[in-house]
Amino acid sequence: MKLPDLTELALRNLRESLLRNSLTTIGISVGVASLVAMLSLGIGLQQMASRRLMKSGLFDTVVVTSRRDLRNFGREEERNGPAPGESRILDEATRLEIEHLPNVLEAYPDIRFITELRYADKPHLTMVSALPASAKSNDAFDTVQGQFFSSDTAPEVILQKTFAEELLGRTPKPGVDETNVAEVAGPLLGKELTMRYAQRETAPSATGTPQDHPAGSSTDNLDETAYSVVSRELKLKIVGVADLDPESMRGPTRARVFLPLKLAESLHVMQPTDLREISRAASDQPVYSSVSVRVNDPSQVRKVEDAIKNMGFNTFSILDASRSIQQFFKVLYAFLGIFGSLALVVASIGIVNTLVMAILERRREIGIMKAIGASDSDVKKLFFAEAGAMGILGGVIGVALGWSIGQLINFGTNVYLKSQSFPPEHFWAVPWWLVAFAIFFSFGVSLISGLYPAGRAARLDPVQALRYE
Amino acid sequence: MSSMERTPQDIAVTNTAAANNAVKPGTPAIYARQLCRHYRMGETVIRAVDGVTLRVNAGEFVALLGSSGSGKSSVLNLIAGLDRPTSGSVVVNERDIAQMSREELAKYRLHTVGMVFQSFNLIASMTLAENVELPMRFAEIERAKRDTLAREALTRVGLQGRMNHRPSELSGGEQQRAALARALINRPQLLLADEPTGNLDSRTGTEIMNMVREFNQQLGMTVVMVTHERALAERYAQRLIFLADGKLVGDESNSAVVQAGADRARQ
Repeated sequence: MKLPDLTELALRNLRESLLRNSLTTIGISVGVASLVAMLSLGIGLQQMASRRLMKSGLFDTVVVTSRRDLRNFGREEERNGPAPGESRILDEATRLEIEHLPNVLEAYPDIRFITELRYADKPHLTMVSALPASAKSNDAFDTVQGQFFSSDTAPEVILQKTFAEELLGRTPKPGVDETNVAEVAGPLLGKELTMRYAQRETAPSATGTPQDHPAGSSTDNLDETAYSVVSRELKLKIVGVADLDPESMRGPTRARVFLPLKLAESLHVMQPTDLREISRAASDQPVYSSVSVRVNDPSQVRKVEDAIKNMGFNTFSILDASRSIQQFFKVLYAFLGIFGSLALVVASIGIVNTLVMAILERRREIGIMKAIGASDSDVKKLFFAEAGAMGILGGVIGVALGWSIGQLINFGTNVYLKSQSFPPEHFWAVPWWLVAFAIFFSFGVSLISGLYPAGRAARLDPVQALRYE
Repeated sequence: MSSMERTPQDIAVTNTAAANNAVKPGTPAIYARQLCRHYRMGETVIRAVDGVTLRVNAGEFVALLGSSGSGKSSVLNLIAGLDRPTSGSVVVNERDIAQMSREELAKYRLHTVGMVFQSFNLIASMTLAENVELPMRFAEIERAKRDTLAREALTRVGLQGRMNHRPSELSGGEQQRAALARALINRPQLLLADEPTGNLDSRTGTEIMNMVREFNQQLGMTVVMVTHERALAERYAQRLIFLADGKLVGDESNSAVVQAGADRARQ
């Protein structure tokens, strides 16, 4: 029998026992809805976590350090690679080289230093760090009070909330709820800070003559390496106060005050590496303790890391942590999928029951069909088609039901989040592949459920079936 | 419209259709040899058909007669390919249907055999048109052609105004006429009728039997009819075969019917 005829006959038969078949189809719908609901919750949670983590800048960033820097990451490479003393310096030329690697969006130096900031004539010592313009999309600045830097060279500063509290003389007490960032930012936005820092200044000429030094000493290239350190002051305007910490991955070395990157570079602030590299670096080329590399896609992080390692540097990314998270979500999917499928398995028993009942009711009809020329496979296909039709219909209704439940829960949760002053969050996602998968899965389960009844109907002896009243 | 009122065009269509499956008159259409069908019920073996040998020529109208339990319906089921013999053979179109696979038997029932039952056996959930076209669905005939042929077949049996009615809305005679239309829709070579008038009053039964005789005489279709009414058999069948306890106990030619048929053929 041709497929359109088969489908038409199957639908006609389903209509004949409308109530029973509708109840079976509703059973399948509930099973599919439960599967869709469970999986879309898992997918939504993963997407939310991924969005959050991506915005944190942790997953698309590779931190590059020189192997000469013994304090840094990558002890393993040190054991395998060249000795620290022989490895390459992380200078401006290297930064540009890294920036031109495939899949690299930007490579910016990690400029950070501990310095004194004066506010209302009171000195405050803290870590200052430079941020590139791209950091504006970091989720730490989603809820920033004020604004991000107006330009990459503007004499502006963004404070982390805890430092802002320190400037205002407010110390959070243990056990007390955190203060609202807006309350802290209010009195500070638009005010000025004075930053004192040590500027590295290239010496205009050698500081002495050969006669001043003992014969044979290594002072021949002194002109190239000598520099002076000058104390400077800079007035900075407070443009923003951030609630979250954009450098949470850095632990104790994280900064609490942020400057625009180009401004920080132009200040030539004395870095710890300057002292170490004094004998090697070119006089006018800054040497960086580390460079942060932003990659266009988290999946390319490993490639970029390998390329940088081949250049002779140590790298660190949070890729391995992200793999663990992915693994966690895979396990979560599996569990949610199994629990969701249980309802579908129960529904499939309903299909078997419905079709077996149909065989009993339509025993004579099957006998007639066989007597007038239906083959075993025609009868089998007819029952399969009926099971499949219930599966597809149940799948479509189930997906719609699951999606509606998701929308309802999303809406309800967002109302709750709003009442708690949290931004709305979309943590329920039904991607197209899940829609297709759920309908296909429901169809597959229904066909499997139809196996036994269809086989039984096909094997019916027509003589016996025709005698049946 | 009764079968006698059919137009010449109707008959021409039917004749052309039947010609496809026609076998030369006089050649054997069915040859059953030492046919046995035994059932086991607990310790007892029931010999429903026990060593029946019979030959039915193409174009013959044969009646299988016997009391209840004589094995006549069992023989018919074996010829129809609905059942398999315990031993022996049934040769139709030079093929032993006892040796056919289940799929081959289904094709045999679809293309070679048309069956009519005592209880009509129309599918209750389908309209008459759908019932009649059902064998053509199994034969994978295009929908448009199916519709045309089903309409023609129902018109031929006088049910053109009842096409969209369900069997429950029809009288017994109308249902049996629809069953006849369905049996003939795939232009079979054999028409097998199991007590076709058993559930009908005598007037309607006569009407149905006239139709069957017409198909036999005008289309050259071989007819095997099971009945327990000797009078009916003598009125329509050219040959009467008697069964008792699963055995063939008599085989008589019905000269009156044969002569009438010959006269009709001469006219």
